[in-house]
Amino acid sequence: MSQFILALRFFRRDFRSGELRLLVLALIIAVAAVSAVGFFTNRVEQAMTLQANQVLAADLVLSSNNPIPASFEQQADMLDLNVAHTLSFPSVIVHQDQTQLVEVKAVSKNYPLRGDLRVRPFASANEEVVKHPPAPGHLWGEARLMAALNLQPGAQISLGESVFLLEKILSRDFALGNSFFRLGPEVLIALEDIPKTGLVTPASRVRHRLLIAGNQEQVKTFQGWATTRLPQGVRLEHLSSARPELRGALDRGSRFLGLAALVAVLVAGATVALSTRQFVERQSDTSAIMRCLGASQSLIFNVLIIRLSLLCLIASLLGIAGGWLAQYFLADLLSDWFGGALPPPSLWPILTGLGTGFITLLGFTLPPALRLGAVPPLRVLRRDLDAPPASTWLLVLLGIGAMALLMYLQAGDSTLAGWVLLGTLTTVGLLLLTAWLLVRMLSPLRHRGGALWRQGLSGLARNPSMTALQLTGFGLGILAMLLLTIIRTDLLDAWQKTIPEQAPNHFLINIQPSDVDNLGAFFQAQAIEQAGIYPMLRARLTHINDQPVSPDQYQDERAQRLVSREFNLSWSAQMQTENKIVAGSWWGGTNQQRALFSVEVDIANTLGISLGDQLAFNLAGVPIKATVSNLRRVHWDSFQPNFFVIGTPALLKEHPANFITSFYLPPGKETALAALVRQFPSITIIDVSAIMQQIREIMQRGSLAVEYVFLFTLAAGILMLYAGIQASREYRRQEAIVLRTLGMQRNGLLTAAAIEFVLLGLLAGTLATLCANVTGWFIATEVFGFQYNLNPWTIVAGILGSGIAIGLAGMLATWPLSIKPPLRMLQNG
Amino acid sequence: MTTDDNPEQPVVKASNITKQLPGPDGVLTILDGISLQLAEGEVTAILGASGSGKSTLLGLLAGLDEVTRGEIELFGQSLAGLNEDSRAALRAGKVGFVFQSFQLLPGMTALENVMLPLELAGIRNPAIGATEALEQVELGDRLYHYPGQLSGGEQQRVAIARAFASQPKVLFADEPTGSLDQATGSRIIDLLFQMREQTGAALLLVTHDERLAARCDHRLLIEQGRLEQTS
Repeated sequence: MSQFILALRFFRRDFRSGELRLLVLALIIAVAAVSAVGFFTNRVEQAMTLQANQVLAADLVLSSNNPIPASFEQQADMLDLNVAHTLSFPSVIVHQDQTQLVEVKAVSKNYPLRGDLRVRPFASANEEVVKHPPAPGHLWGEARLMAALNLQPGAQISLGESVFLLEKILSRDFALGNSFFRLGPEVLIALEDIPKTGLVTPASRVRHRLLIAGNQEQVKTFQGWATTRLPQGVRLEHLSSARPELRGALDRGSRFLGLAALVAVLVAGATVALSTRQFVERQSDTSAIMRCLGASQSLIFNVLIIRLSLLCLIASLLGIAGGWLAQYFLADLLSDWFGGALPPPSLWPILTGLGTGFITLLGFTLPPALRLGAVPPLRVLRRDLDAPPASTWLLVLLGIGAMALLMYLQAGDSTLAGWVLLGTLTTVGLLLLTAWLLVRMLSPLRHRGGALWRQGLSGLARNPSMTALQLTGFGLGILAMLLLTIIRTDLLDAWQKTIPEQAPNHFLINIQPSDVDNLGAFFQAQAIEQAGIYPMLRARLTHINDQPVSPDQYQDERAQRLVSREFNLSWSAQMQTENKIVAGSWWGGTNQQRALFSVEVDIANTLGISLGDQLAFNLAGVPIKATVSNLRRVHWDSFQPNFFVIGTPALLKEHPANFITSFYLPPGKETALAALVRQFPSITIIDVSAIMQQIREIMQRGSLAVEYVFLFTLAAGILMLYAGIQASREYRRQEAIVLRTLGMQRNGLLTAAAIEFVLLGLLAGTLATLCANVTGWFIATEVFGFQYNLNPWTIVAGILGSGIAIGLAGMLATWPLSIKPPLRMLQNG
Repeated sequence: MTTDDNPEQPVVKASNITKQLPGPDGVLTILDGISLQLAEGEVTAILGASGSGKSTLLGLLAGLDEVTRGEIELFGQSLAGLNEDSRAALRAGKVGFVFQSFQLLPGMTALENVMLPLELAGIRNPAIGATEALEQVELGDRLYHYPGQLSGGEQQRVAIARAFASQPKVLFADEPTGSLDQATGSRIIDLLFQMREQTGAALLLVTHDERLAARCDHRLLIEQGRLEQTS
């Protein structure tokens, strides 16, 4: 008979007899938690890419100073892609003899292909979201145009040979989000209006753009096709990154979710480890009989592995299905933020789910399962004989290996995985040590006190390996639950506090050096607090350690993008208070006279820049060279002006620069904004309150999503508790038979069980609480960059809650043994 | 059954076997220089007090453990030098067992317990043979009962059905009535002998039940690990 068919038969029997129920449930929960988070983050990632494309108002943009050849539009049509056209050029608006230099953007009817436009019908009105550009004859202008010409919507203004109705105030055109350097405010008109303005002639300096969007695969096909056919002067632009503030918030949200799922996996792993022992113990008898009846070691092993694999496959598929269903609720939490349903998930999380199932099961089951083939057949005659114990090193290595792999896969961040793993290992080590000490300390104590006390203590001392297993299982479970409680409360709180109530909601850019002092005075007069006025220079990175850099050198798309565009550099003597040095040190004293750079740590990692590297930039044709003296962590969601690269004053001060600042404009103080526009017409104001609102929403919804994942952990925790209690069920059953036969009453049996399990719970709770707080502190400070405040309630709840919960669970599990007549228990085997 | 003088090819043959185990006070000799043979179709009882080494001898003869000295042959093949897997292969389909504690697998029904040796022997449609065997022990109506749902006598009948289902050449029984009351024990003995006669298997049983021993062709008495008396 083929081993597979035999394994199938065994598997069917296992399933029917309920032998595998616990293992299956633990696996389903682990896989469901991982898959739900996996599907969800996958969808959010895709949505983020689409969101990022709002910056282009499309997925791809072809731009040129000449009309884009028609073949590109034809190809896009063939691929069923949407296209839109824009024309941009500088011109002059005239209103009652006053003129203002503006950036005219004429757009086709279906602009923007991605994202939307935000307008206000009048200055103090709320922002409205619109999907279509102005109708022919209408014009939308930015607020500073209004201020410069003292205009109100409804005014008639001239542009070239045509007169337009100034219909609305354009508060946001996402497609210009990154174009900080413009000559004047933007005005938006319909493309059909261009001929009657008479402004565009073949000789005009006009930027033509062909916008393309649609199915991502088709877009990629188009991109591939277009890249090889670009005529001279035509540029192909594409982006796949959101603004750093948004990306930062979403990244943190994903990390929190990943961490929550990781913790669910940790608890489920502990449950699998606990229930595996029970399963393997029962399999020892089967193996002994099979060997008696002529089965070889390899047959027993292969049959077991096939059964476990089948179990894993079924549990994983069920878990994946559960995760797939569960992520719908998660996705709903964020869908309206992304302006509709999230894109469907890819198949990748299915593989992650399957991987989680197999790693969890095999990591914890394989070492004890390997022993089953070696169960001596003589066990059928002598019950005390068992398989030679599995190598402790093998058990430890496989367990740790499985956990490490799971954590890395789940967290996708080696630092985070590293801290959680270190916390877990320390806890396991402490728990095992405590179990060892406990058993030794209990031996003298067992002979003192009342009968129930002695009985309760002997419950812990009777089987040292069982006590160690239970203490470790309970401890790990409690560690995970507490860690998640810390994440849910303290860390999420700290995250939400990163955007204080009065975080800057407006940025000012294009501040000329001559305006800096006046602007400072303006803020003072208006009693508005600003975040400091920082110089900003645009430069392109050309060399790292004298090696020229080019996009082709990098696999990473973000790195390619970063080296193909200009950076915003700044110079400063002091480091911004929100920044944190992660390597090297900030320049002080004489070091300010040296040529040094401070680089944001994420960009340094992306581009492979290390401390001590020499970077060269091209700053408007002037080469600049300096050494990296420190790496900084920047909280992009703090809404302070931040820079990827900052130089020493000595290095950059003499170069021409614009300045940037941010400030908080309280509601009701909009008049100050109008005054600012009037006094500093060349300064560009960017209102970030909407994006800030988006980030606050991400935080709120991220927190909700973490709560949601917490449910998985809770389910895994309850299951773990059950598995832990069940692990010693057989011992307790035999004891109960003897004790009740000898006359112990129900209360006595329950009290002895309570002593045993409350003691276990208190010990596991104390150690796990200690380790959870230490791990929480490391995660908060090292991974998220938050300050960690110890919450005394987690300590009280951790220790007392564990004692009570485990004590109660132990009593509940002993209850049936205390009410069944001993004879019936004996008869039932 | 003889101690050493049967000229036919024996099913089981032990030559001067000794079994020693490490004990708290040094080496403990469980069996000391035992020789015996079991011919085809023969029924032999091993008698002795508790701790005399009866069960150890049974385990060694069935190849479940290794001797310290001496030699055992099973179906003419020496067990010396065979590893555990090779000994298991030698037993497959040709050796049956009945134990005092029944040793039924609690997660399997009566039918599945009996199917197990047939499945391991690679027999097609093992359910047919297993059902027949259970009907022979009058448990045709208990096929889908789990061991926990059967009485002690019924469990031992399932064990007997399992032992004979693969038509073994030899059956080893360790105190088959040890866990049963007298009346049930008698019925089990009847059944055991009836099934043995139908299959023609040799039977080696360990017991201290004199009535059971009286029905055997041969009786061996073990005292303190030595074969003291045969009849």
